[in-house]
Amino acid sequence: MKRVLLVVAVVVLYLLHQDFWFWRTAYPLIFGFIPVGLFYHACFSAAASLLMWLLVAHAWPSHLEKETESTPKEPTP
Amino acid sequence: MIPALVVFIYLAAVLYIGIFAFRRTVSRHEAEDYFLASRSIGSFVFLFSLFGTNMTAFAILGSSGHAFANGIVTFGLMASSSGLVIPLTIFLVGTRVWALGKKYGFMTPVQMFRDRWECNHIGTVIFAVQAALLVPYIIIGIMGGGTTLNAISGGFVPYWFGGAIVALVVMGYVFFGGMRGTAWVNTFQTILFLLFGAVAIIVIGAGMGGFRNAAQQMLASPIFAPLLTRERVSPLYFFSYTFIPLSAIAFPHILIFCLTARKMAQFKKTVIFYPLCILAIWLPCVFLGVMANRVSDVPQIRAKQEARRVLATQGKTMAPEARDELREKAAGDDVILRLLERYAPLWLAGLLGAGIMAAVMASDSQILALSTMFTEDVFAHYGGKARFGEHVQVQTGRLFIILITVFAYLVALRAPETIFELAIQYAFSGFAALSPLLLAALFWKGSTKWGALGATIWTALAVVAVAVFQSVIPAPAPGPATVIWSLGGTEILSRTPGGTAVFGFMPVVPMVVVSTLLMFVVSVLTAKPKPATVARYFSSQSN
Repeated sequence: MKRVLLVVAVVVLYLLHQDFWFWRTAYPLIFGFIPVGLFYHACFSAAASLLMWLLVAHAWPSHLEKETESTPKEPTP
Repeated sequence: MIPALVVFIYLAAVLYIGIFAFRRTVSRHEAEDYFLASRSIGSFVFLFSLFGTNMTAFAILGSSGHAFANGIVTFGLMASSSGLVIPLTIFLVGTRVWALGKKYGFMTPVQMFRDRWECNHIGTVIFAVQAALLVPYIIIGIMGGGTTLNAISGGFVPYWFGGAIVALVVMGYVFFGGMRGTAWVNTFQTILFLLFGAVAIIVIGAGMGGFRNAAQQMLASPIFAPLLTRERVSPLYFFSYTFIPLSAIAFPHILIFCLTARKMAQFKKTVIFYPLCILAIWLPCVFLGVMANRVSDVPQIRAKQEARRVLATQGKTMAPEARDELREKAAGDDVILRLLERYAPLWLAGLLGAGIMAAVMASDSQILALSTMFTEDVFAHYGGKARFGEHVQVQTGRLFIILITVFAYLVALRAPETIFELAIQYAFSGFAALSPLLLAALFWKGSTKWGALGATIWTALAVVAVAVFQSVIPAPAPGPATVIWSLGGTEILSRTPGGTAVFGFMPVVPMVVVSTLLMFVVSVLTAKPKPATVARYFSSQSN
């Protein structure tokens, strides 16, 4: 269930990138000089970082590392 | 001249770090040590070096230049989409490639493909396409170096000489330092150019009398107000750009770098902080690029605006060559340098110039990756290592580094395209279309070498087709695209002022979609690798 929620979160964030609602306006100007479309995408980047933290915390493929520790290195094919 | 001197000191520091600072005694596995730093890179260097490797001249010069002409849309187009897609692919693909490399000793993606799909010459085809797509990326670095040194020195250092110096410095530390030297140089450079954004925005903002005033003035002008919105690009074009960051994980230098981590835990910080690093460097550059339009007392910026105005008003009646000439004059790749020249004190302009050089010199990893690929995928694979030994393999790699750098420099002297266009049109789209190979190899048991070959050949043909199409059909003046092929009122193929559109999308979209389809359909129809081979890659899936 946790993994399904994470996949949904990734898809939702990807869809939120296409923010057509701020397409043709610069207003409101955040802090008096940052157009809202630019501010939105700055927030989007911060949200992406948060999502990555969730993925690392809840879906980290630790089994891969365990495998490499337990298997002696095989020669390059 | 003072800023140029500061930059020269910086170049000397970089050379020292790359060659001497992190030398180690010769390892028993000489090739693995030279090309992969003995798979020993720690968290901090891994994050900054991987990020720095991905940020080229494009990140500072290209982004501000694109924003100067197109407005704030530049950030959403490339930066924020990359902030989601790139760390996600590092999380999904990078960690798996690292584990396989550790387990089976792979040093290049092609070694993995050859083993995974039991193929030989198909691997060589993939190598050839990857190498051909990587070279333009190296050229960008050298072009950026020439442009930057020329601008920072106020024209005192000519473009050809600046490019030569950058090429020599990069070649020097890659040649002597290998992956370890390159990773530490990249770390140093990344810290520098991350600081660049914050300092540049404070200094230039203060010089311009604050951004509030500048933003209000731009909004009051019918010419500049659209630059503070995204109305100059279509939503389809905007959507297309989210496919471009797929290229990052398919770039051989990124995948090879993934193999250098000491432990898989080293990926964690990279995955989490990558979007924030992008934010820190791109937001100031894009914003300053847009604000440069408000600057009226810098003659070079005014000349660019004038060229843009003439292009927009008279472009339709001009000959294609005259239009291209105006386009070059209007290109904003050096606007951020002009802003520094105008608003930063000389010593600070030098330090900030060094920050720009740090981003510009990202071609080191690509040069090293090409050398690794050549020596592993061709030299060693076809018997060179067995015959001449590992020491000769490393020396061959070093010779290759010299040859490829000289070649890239000679091309950079002649290439007329802007940094941004070159990067997007060839390397990024091509590698994005190769990304289905990685996903299929790692996540789909049913994938086959023939599917991989189909996707690779398609990618090569598509890149060539786009290049030929754009050289045969001249770019129209700013405004509506020239429709070349339409059916029932639907525009199928168009030549746009900035490139090509297929059904309104950038070519990268059909390139990735068709590549994925070919990988799937051809794999379904062809013989699978032996179950034992497949089992080596999917034994842990149930965990």
